[in-house]
Amino acid sequence: MSGSLVELSAVSKNYGGVPALTDVDFRCEAGMVHAVLGENGAGKSTLMKLLAGVIQPSRGALKVDGRIVSFASPRDAIREGIVCIFQELSLAPHLSAGDNIVLAAPRARFGLLTLDAYAKARAALDSVGARNIALGARIGDLSLAERQLVEIAKALVRKPRLLILDEATSALSKQLVEVVFGVVRELRRQGVAILFISHRMHEVDALADRISVFRNGRHVDTFTAGERNHNDIVTMMIGQSLKELFPPRGPAAPRGTPPRLAVNGLRWNGQLNGVDFEVGPGEIIGLGGLDGQGQQQAMHAVFGVLNGVSGSITMDDRPIEGVTPSRAKASSVGLALTPEDRKTEGLVLEMSILDNLRLAALGRAPFGIAGRQPEIDRRLGALIQRMALTYADLSDPVGSLSGGNQQKVVLAKWLALSPRCLLLMDPTRGIDVKTKAQIYRLLRDLAAEGLAIVLQSTDYEELVHLCDRVYVFYAGRVSRVLSGDDLSPGTLLAASMNMSQAAQAAS
Amino acid sequence: MKAWLRLRLRLLAAIAALVVLFVAYVSIHPRGASTYVLTIWANQGTLLGFAAIAQFFAVLVRGVDLSVGSMIALTNVAASFLLVGAPVAIAAGVVAVLLLGLCCGLINGLFIVYGRIQPIIVTLATGSVYAGLALLLRPTPGGAINESLSDALTYDISGTPTSILLLAGALLLVAIPLRRTPLGLGMYAIGSAEASAYMTGVRVNAIKLTAYATGGVFAALAGLYVSMVTLTGDAGVGPAYTLNSIAAVVLGGVSLNGGVGSPLGAAVGALILKTISSLMFFSGAPPLAQPFFEGLILAIAIGLGSLGVFRVRNKLDLFNR
Repeated sequence: MSGSLVELSAVSKNYGGVPALTDVDFRCEAGMVHAVLGENGAGKSTLMKLLAGVIQPSRGALKVDGRIVSFASPRDAIREGIVCIFQELSLAPHLSAGDNIVLAAPRARFGLLTLDAYAKARAALDSVGARNIALGARIGDLSLAERQLVEIAKALVRKPRLLILDEATSALSKQLVEVVFGVVRELRRQGVAILFISHRMHEVDALADRISVFRNGRHVDTFTAGERNHNDIVTMMIGQSLKELFPPRGPAAPRGTPPRLAVNGLRWNGQLNGVDFEVGPGEIIGLGGLDGQGQQQAMHAVFGVLNGVSGSITMDDRPIEGVTPSRAKASSVGLALTPEDRKTEGLVLEMSILDNLRLAALGRAPFGIAGRQPEIDRRLGALIQRMALTYADLSDPVGSLSGGNQQKVVLAKWLALSPRCLLLMDPTRGIDVKTKAQIYRLLRDLAAEGLAIVLQSTDYEELVHLCDRVYVFYAGRVSRVLSGDDLSPGTLLAASMNMSQAAQAAS
Repeated sequence: MKAWLRLRLRLLAAIAALVVLFVAYVSIHPRGASTYVLTIWANQGTLLGFAAIAQFFAVLVRGVDLSVGSMIALTNVAASFLLVGAPVAIAAGVVAVLLLGLCCGLINGLFIVYGRIQPIIVTLATGSVYAGLALLLRPTPGGAINESLSDALTYDISGTPTSILLLAGALLLVAIPLRRTPLGLGMYAIGSAEASAYMTGVRVNAIKLTAYATGGVFAALAGLYVSMVTLTGDAGVGPAYTLNSIAAVVLGGVSLNGGVGSPLGAAVGALILKTISSLMFFSGAPPLAQPFFEGLILAIAIGLGSLGVFRVRNKLDLFNR
């Protein structure tokens, strides 16, 4: 025993012959934040699932406090104090926030949950900055960010000895991330071991004591945070340097051409209060701001998902009315939207890669035989090449692909329709650096070919480096439009928090 | 307060509908709101109420139980053999019948949980087996039930039908455990999102088994009560209860997708169904047209229950309901 709380020795995991982890030695120590980095498919999620008892190793041993243990289910891992906050949330949507949290730590007296348990749930929610979430609020009615906070509170009430955060703050605004990090630091002070997975480098910088890098299922190296710079780390992860992440911006689109998509005075249900924005051919515009300021609803309104939207939406100066997703994608309108949640709205996970790719185009020939659209299949083939989609066989279920490749499938199925305006909702959420770079490059190229792109994102870096113009949302309206030299992480943050006047005065 | 009301809208609407229908029923009944009328109504309603609660537990964990009626028939037949003799023997008989229901439910659960077979198929098969067993035991209706026990449970206690008190007692017995124990919350969590519940460390298999076994106990309660009302064992009572129990839980605001609803809702739904058919009986409509009108009222009630669909502002929400 060397003081390590959890230890993996020579652990391998194969899925039907395909190695996901090979010969991994890995240790977590108490009172330390340990970041795990690696692109998707590097084996991070497999590592987390092993620790959380979701899957069992094919070879090798898992030790807790020096004892060899084997977990048959997440319940066994939880009993050892290993608590995991997964990227895919583990909440019951029809239950209240309080019930979900209490269920996680049922310290029942005489089999009954006491009021005390709910008081603790309240305290846990308060500690992560979720004072506005009522214990009685149904999970299904909460936003993604709010659900993430409930998920974190749920992990806290279990008093973990090893807390695993797998992209647990991906939908949170900057301030909330800070609050959650404060809680994590306090846990570290109390001697909790923390495993931290994030694709956001600044979060790793802010929190990690030690960093481990994984690549292709192998543990490449572990070092003290600050020992290596970003470029070294990224190179270690993918063998590609950071400045290649964002492609150079093309020449500004010629002004004076009519906008491809123009939105004026969009209102809906008190969540959109008069939103205006426009995008021309060859432009990438960003919709940014704090979480839940109406960006998502604006995208949904344009694509016809919302009922009772007022205001005007025009494509090439022609108003589009009574839109539904099936009308919006018709070639006469030419809109395409890639949803925020690719697993439930973007893809049919059980269906094959090929069927998913063809799904959007099916509406083009509703009574034809699927697969008898040679033009579409030709375009799909070209897109697969262009995006460097990594797959074993097109007949495999799309759910077997890594997150990054799944996102490429979502993009390809829409691009095969040759849309004139592409709406993207947080397209790089939870995606590894390499695929991000590929997607950025693709978007830039598509814009150069004359496509109009609307990018709604929670990632400030990509809004700043990729977009020609960013519309910052606040309380259901566009509070500021940033472009050119005005567009920097600082001005974007200030505008997001509606501090534009103060920021302008200061500059 | 507003949020509290909104979450219970379906239940409150069902209760309101029940009150309206009940008032209509007693006002057209030739004997009015007498203890006699109340008792007959309550006995019929309680029967279906127990069946609906049995169904509720299967539906709560995102299943369905097509064997509810057969379990009622089997326990009813068993009761016609066991509920005779000295008080001690009768008490033992009641326990035996409830255990029989528990076993039937447990068998359903074992196939569903460990066999990983869809509940609808498992209970279709086991339901046939249970009904067949009942027929073998009692090819024609018969047997005897202790009459003083029957009298005690099917009349009234100073004007309040005993059956309603039994139903209320059963509801009280399950209400707190369902909402305030890890077991009960676990059932809701499993129905709402089984994978999430598993990842949370909820004992999914054990809790699902408990749900089906509890359903079996309530089916046995219904079977026992059939014996009290009819004083015989009849292997043919089952089929009507199965489908009516499903209709009752839906009327009572229990979601067939699991995770939503309460046993109170199921019981209210059962009383609504029973009131509708009683109402028809006394309405003077031609007897042959009664199924038509019963079905029509049921369809309208379910239609009203889904009016919320029109309030949905984001079409994506429709798919998560």
